[in-house]
Amino acid sequence: MSGLALLIPIAILMGLGALAAFMWALRAGQYDDMDGASQRIFEEDDRP
Amino acid sequence: MTCCGPGNMVAVESDASAIENDDAALNALSRKLGDGTAQLEFAVPDAHCAACIRTIETALGSMDGVRSARVNLTRRRVRVNYDLAGRPSELAAAIRASGYHTYVLDPTQDGDGDPVFGEMVRALGVAGFAAGNIMLFSVSVWSGADAATRDLFHWISAIIALPAIVYSGRIFFRSAWRALRVGKTNMDVPISIGVILVTALSLLETLNSGKHAYFDGATMLLFFLLIGRTLDHVMRERARNAISGLARLQPRGGTIVRPDGSRDYVKLDEIQPGMELEIKAGERVPVDSRLISTGSSFDYSIISGESLPHHVESGETVIAGAACLSGPVQVVAERAAPDSYLSRMASMMDAAETAKTKPRRIADRASSVYAPIVHTIAITTFLAWGIFGGDWHAALMNAVAVLIITCPCALALAVPIVHVVAAGRLFERGILMKDGAALERIAEIDSVAFDKTGTLTRGNPRLVAASLPDDAATEMAAALASASTHPLSKAIAHSLGRSPAALAAVAEFPGKGVEARAEGVVWRLGSPLWCGVPAVDGREPSGVWLSRDAVAIGNFVFEDEVRPDARQSVNALKTLGLPVRLLSGDARLAVTLAAEATGIAEARAGLAPEEKLVDVARGRTLMVGDGINDAPALRAAYASMAPSSAADIGRNAADFVFTGEDLGAVPFVIRTARGAARIVVQNLAIAIGYNAIAVPLAISGQVTPLIAAVAMSASSLIVVANALRLRLGSGRKPLQNHKISLQERTA
Repeated sequence: MSGLALLIPIAILMGLGALAAFMWALRAGQYDDMDGASQRIFEEDDRP
Repeated sequence: MTCCGPGNMVAVESDASAIENDDAALNALSRKLGDGTAQLEFAVPDAHCAACIRTIETALGSMDGVRSARVNLTRRRVRVNYDLAGRPSELAAAIRASGYHTYVLDPTQDGDGDPVFGEMVRALGVAGFAAGNIMLFSVSVWSGADAATRDLFHWISAIIALPAIVYSGRIFFRSAWRALRVGKTNMDVPISIGVILVTALSLLETLNSGKHAYFDGATMLLFFLLIGRTLDHVMRERARNAISGLARLQPRGGTIVRPDGSRDYVKLDEIQPGMELEIKAGERVPVDSRLISTGSSFDYSIISGESLPHHVESGETVIAGAACLSGPVQVVAERAAPDSYLSRMASMMDAAETAKTKPRRIADRASSVYAPIVHTIAITTFLAWGIFGGDWHAALMNAVAVLIITCPCALALAVPIVHVVAAGRLFERGILMKDGAALERIAEIDSVAFDKTGTLTRGNPRLVAASLPDDAATEMAAALASASTHPLSKAIAHSLGRSPAALAAVAEFPGKGVEARAEGVVWRLGSPLWCGVPAVDGREPSGVWLSRDAVAIGNFVFEDEVRPDARQSVNALKTLGLPVRLLSGDARLAVTLAAEATGIAEARAGLAPEEKLVDVARGRTLMVGDGINDAPALRAAYASMAPSSAADIGRNAADFVFTGEDLGAVPFVIRTARGAARIVVQNLAIAIGYNAIAVPLAISGQVTPLIAAVAMSASSLIVVANALRLRLGSGRKPLQNHKISLQERTA
């Protein structure tokens, strides 16, 4: 049982962390231009 | 990676489009950011690769006064932040100079981002998180956790599930409530009832340290349903974006001339009858007006699809939406915007919309049968177990098992997933679909009606024959034609090529032609009467003529070119068992010629918009048209398609919009829609078959949460896999054809 008391919060926190990361990415506009994102990696960024 | 560069789009560039060149109008449109900068969005429909992004961003970024420029490739637009003191008119010019068509977008029309999509994806994320984590505990319970451990796991599941169900379920609860409030049901009603009852019972079980809780089932159900819902939404958004990306900005205002001679740009709804307006060349007339300067030519193509310019004499009325070809001209507004031609067409469309008996969507029909049956079975199960078994707790458990097993997961996915797959296939072929209901309707049509100008034909005149006496005349004709911007002159200049002839005193007479002097001789290129060709039977002969010192010496014959594969497509439609007819507002002769060229037997000419509307409203007609005058008919018809070159209002009225030149899109859509309809029926059969097996199990009390979870996922997966067949079978070939036709157009 003591193992569970430690493992369950860890599991849930990890899940919440992933959810928070997803929400952040959504809010930061990372899903706004999926086509553009896949093309921009071909662009060489010369700017410093 | 390939980059075929700009130029493969069919969009016709009208370089004189006024609003992009008008600083004041652009500043009025822009979104002010507060720190002395403003933001404008331009559509760049041709941008499609990394090099395009770079070219456009570099071109804009290197300009003075531009703070930042970022291309959004998904939405095919570029957002520019610039100093308010700068000259926004140079932005569009810079994009054009780098080789892309562009036009400015109206930020008030189309806001930032898509709130519904954001809500759905967030709900999907939450439901996914909850379903995944609860499953972790459910697996432990299924594998034998009991007593205190099971209670603990149920409690943790409840803590995760409740907020997630409230948050993610809102979308369904809201829609179900909206339907119930007006006394209707939709698919969301049984979903909501099921989810709420299952959650409530699981909570009760948890409180009483019961054996079975269905939190996993409830969240997983929401997760699956939200996937279907989100895909459906993405499909519709993509079509909407692509369509609004094609939309040129309609006149949002005009330049008024005040009595003291000062000019001011005002918005459309501020224009009052009696105001004097100035229309520059290339600008569209914002409201129905009376021309007060001398006669001028207007392009009515957006209104009637007719490509040849329309000559308007001083004192006559110009219809809103007509583009001024030679300017600037002065007009007096006769009607305010809400009473103008465009708005009258819009209200005719609304009337057509309400008059049309819309067939109910197949999913709604299914759910209206489905919900009462499911709820009856659940209640019967509950009563039967209670009365005959005596154990009301077990009765409740079994009734809820029925609800969760019948919760229309597969049924709710069965239809949208097919539509999403079909829309994806159409999209690859350059066809945009408004929504799934349109796909259901187009599969059921029993005849096809085509508009002529701009739909069956390309809508621009082509020189088919020229009779000229000598080289000198040819040279003069070429020189005169290149001095004019009239579409017919352009066509002549295009086919005769450049001319070295020197002209003096070139003058263009609107509605008549071009006149010039060379070595003491007066040359005219223009309408027959003006060039000295006598009238025949009181009517003016057709074509464009060339005259030397008022003596007609040569003429040119034009034809509106029929789209290359029109005949083939008409034949394909006949093979599909659909009679084809031609409805046109054009003159009888032109209509008959086009009908013969395409092999259409039934043709009606000289139709007013109202008559077209009446014609297509009978039976289940698919209307294919492009002009503003077709818009009411497009809306009234059972299903409708428009080419992407259509007027905005026509494009918005149509269910499907096809880009590209080929009319082969029409039979392609019908075939795809029929294929999709078959798979929808199969999917519904699968969903019902699944219920036929699972429901007896649930009634007899054999279904545990584990079986429910497995059955639910399995049926959903089967339905999705079946829908994907639409893509596998013949999906590859048309894609290749499309690529080939793209290359041909580029070449």
